Amino acid sequence: MARYLAKRAVISLLTLWLVSTITFFLMFMVPGGPFLAEKTPSAATLEALNKKYGLDQPVPVQYKNYMLNLLKGEMGESIKQRGRTVQDIISSGFKVSAKLGGIAILVAVSIGIPLGCIAALNRGKWLDNLIILIATTGIAIPSFVVSTVLMIIFSVKLDLLPTYGLSSWKHYILPVISLSFYPTAYISRLMRSSMLEVLGQDYMRTARAKGLSQSKSLFKHALRNAVLPVVTYLGPLLAYTLTGSFIVERIFTIPGLGNEFISSIINRDYTMIMGTTIFLAFLIITMNLLVDIAYTIIDPRIKLK
Amino acid sequence: MEKKKNILSMQLDVSDFLPANEEEKQSLVVMRESVNFWRDGLRRFRKNKIAMTSLFVIILIMIFAFIMPNFYPYSYEQQVRGSENLAPMEYSDEELARIAAGENVFPHILGTDSLGRDTMVRLMMGSRISLLVGIIASALVLLIGSLYGTIAGYFGGKVDLVMMRIVDIIYTVPDILIIILLMVTLKYPLQNLANNVEGFGWINTIGVGLICIFIVFSLLYWVSMARIVRSQILTIKEQEFVTAAKALGASHARIIKKHLLTNVMGTLIVTSTLQIPSAIFTESFLSFMGIGVAAPMPSLGSMATMAIDGVYSYPYRLLAPAIMISLIILSFNLLGDGLRDAFDPKLKN
Repeated sequence: MARYLAKRAVISLLTLWLVSTITFFLMFMVPGGPFLAEKTPSAATLEALNKKYGLDQPVPVQYKNYMLNLLKGEMGESIKQRGRTVQDIISSGFKVSAKLGGIAILVAVSIGIPLGCIAALNRGKWLDNLIILIATTGIAIPSFVVSTVLMIIFSVKLDLLPTYGLSSWKHYILPVISLSFYPTAYISRLMRSSMLEVLGQDYMRTARAKGLSQSKSLFKHALRNAVLPVVTYLGPLLAYTLTGSFIVERIFTIPGLGNEFISSIINRDYTMIMGTTIFLAFLIITMNLLVDIAYTIIDPRIKLK
Repeated sequence: MEKKKNILSMQLDVSDFLPANEEEKQSLVVMRESVNFWRDGLRRFRKNKIAMTSLFVIILIMIFAFIMPNFYPYSYEQQVRGSENLAPMEYSDEELARIAAGENVFPHILGTDSLGRDTMVRLMMGSRISLLVGIIASALVLLIGSLYGTIAGYFGGKVDLVMMRIVDIIYTVPDILIIILLMVTLKYPLQNLANNVEGFGWINTIGVGLICIFIVFSLLYWVSMARIVRSQILTIKEQEFVTAAKALGASHARIIKKHLLTNVMGTLIVTSTLQIPSAIFTESFLSFMGIGVAAPMPSLGSMATMAIDGVYSYPYRLLAPAIMISLIILSFNLLGDGLRDAFDPKLKN
């Protein structure tokens, strides 16, 4: 196990380095620069600005400087948001997005898994059909439609819930529903199909034949085996949801990381692009590793080597 | 009179050893006529009512998107002066005057937008663009992903290791970043190519933005297809018929083409059908960020995005593209599910 983890850590670092290198050079291939969007500054100012952020040097030199700073744990200052370091922006945005995303995933898992199980146990009956119908429609509606429709109904027409910000628990309801809408539907579909597969296995018949109660065979044998695909899906989902959804954050005006990430790309805020990309890649790699470790706990037959 | 049997004889009856006649042969055939993979799958697919309905809906949407705009009295970029911001079935004063004068004015079934463009025909064109994006993107993904996955899975070892690590890296780079970067990077060279080099004028008719989307999607989304195909190939290549083909001296190309790819065909069809809705989804997301299809060309995503800005005053404008997107995605998802039930041998029961 320890050897496996060490190996994975090395591969992860390598991947992280490759991802940041690719991003770095891709970023500079994009036409335009961070100072062009504002009212065009004079040539002298532009030169001074470029000098200040080291943008006047050739790209390979900038790459070397950036990587050396990164090794020291410094991601530099944001070019657009003057006076704030990249770490600072990421951590404040991540706090907001992670809280929201965490709640949304909790909701999705705690609704999606039971729904999928209920559907599988009632295969072919009206309850199953109803759940399939809800789940299939759930995957088909884009999140910006869900968010907007929810906002029109509950905030504008009924005037029950606030439309922007995150200052009280009431503010969380609509963004959480919009964020968890798709994963809930997806998880229940995934759960249903894997549960159906498990229920048809021989060991389930054996469990029932040896006199195990319905609930015990379900929780001890079926659920544990059927939940594996959901765990696989949860890894990347966690990484992407915790770092925030651009759409939901935009519609509900939430100062999260998703918004920062997209606007940094659009504004060519080079240091921010690198910072958020490395952060997101790091999260994805970690989540995938966690998923693999979770496998061995859920299913002892799986060995990591 | 039968001869008294000798106890030690085997007591054979000669008639048992006569060749069977046709009638007897027929009575022994208990199996139904053998059906091949495709006929078998198709038969099961036709029995699936939900899948057949979704196929029918998709055909209807295609007629709506590809044929109807050609006969529609308005065009998607035509701005009718004086008819801005009309509600569904409403006429502007000018048009009312023309009707009063006995002229035949085609109604704006879904109203018009703030520039006086007919929403109905824009909805048709939007569906056309979204469908095109979905279908072409997933065809490209199918091509690249299945080849890549097959090669990685078939050759195994070091080849597999290197190829799959590349997949992992592409998987880890945030896709929105690559999409935005590539879209912006590709735009100018493509535009140059279209304007200055002879023979590339067709780029302008399709639109640079749309071609960017095709390229970006096919560069990015083949990775999951490659993973699925590879895992299938890994199990199939160990089976006896592949060993037999190798023993008979078949080349790598022939084994991949004739034996491996035909066996993963079911998975390929299902995965690419399910890829279509996800491409449409991504395109609408790109439009939401303002980097999708270029105006005045509408896509369902860009129509919905434009509608969101004025949603308090004109909620129905969001409804039409939203319902259309959901309908397209829903029917492709259901079709994909139906195809999987029909063609996946593991689900037969």
